[in-house]
Amino acid sequence: MAEYTLNCRGMQCPGPIMQLFTQMKTALPGDVVTIVVTDLGFRTDIEAWCRKTKNTLVSLEEKDGVITAVVRKGE
Amino acid sequence: MSEDKKTIIVFSGDLDKAMAAMIIARGAAAMGNEVTLFFTFWGLNLLRKPEPVSVKKNLLEAMFGWMMPRGPQKAKLSQLNMGGLGTAMMQYVMKTKNVPTLAEMIAEAQQFGVTFIACTMSMDVMGIHREELIDGIELGGVATYLGAADDANVNLFI
Repeated sequence: MAEYTLNCRGMQCPGPIMQLFTQMKTALPGDVVTIVVTDLGFRTDIEAWCRKTKNTLVSLEEKDGVITAVVRKGE
Repeated sequence: MSEDKKTIIVFSGDLDKAMAAMIIARGAAAMGNEVTLFFTFWGLNLLRKPEPVSVKKNLLEAMFGWMMPRGPQKAKLSQLNMGGLGTAMMQYVMKTKNVPTLAEMIAEAQQFGVTFIACTMSMDVMGIHREELIDGIELGGVATYLGAADDANVNLFI
């Protein structure tokens, strides 16, 4: 199982989910991606993105305007 | 990944409206959707190459060509343009806020596999030739759009 980290600080919508989508294309099921974002809309975006793309949102944290999401690639 | 499909008719060539279309298109592509953009009327100008292309045109076609903006760099805001000042301010703010330019958004959408279709009737009426459009554009009519729209679950007119 591989782990990846994406630094999407300062990136505007929909940049972070585009980065995540690209990363997920090369990842294998079960791989975990941690993505760090400063666009506050990402909080609800990542929930919708995971639901629609059949990936799992493992955790979602917001601290000092920085959102960190951990996503596991689905089957 | 989701197999949903989205279609957008890009009728407007305004900077702000085109940006909205390109943000939705890129977002949908990042959701794993198949996205089709159908460019018609003023929207066609967004697909023009920024440099002049030498093609044989009649007087009216040539006049249209001169009067209409060539490419996304020439697109203006639909409101508060103020003779170009408002648009320049918006472009400056976008740059400082790390928002890609409209041209970059279009290129990125193409990289993400978004299908671009130029309306052939609009091209004919406005005297825009295929050689004047950027690469990677398909040509089509209303049936092409409707065929894609029938299979899609979101259809927007911008």
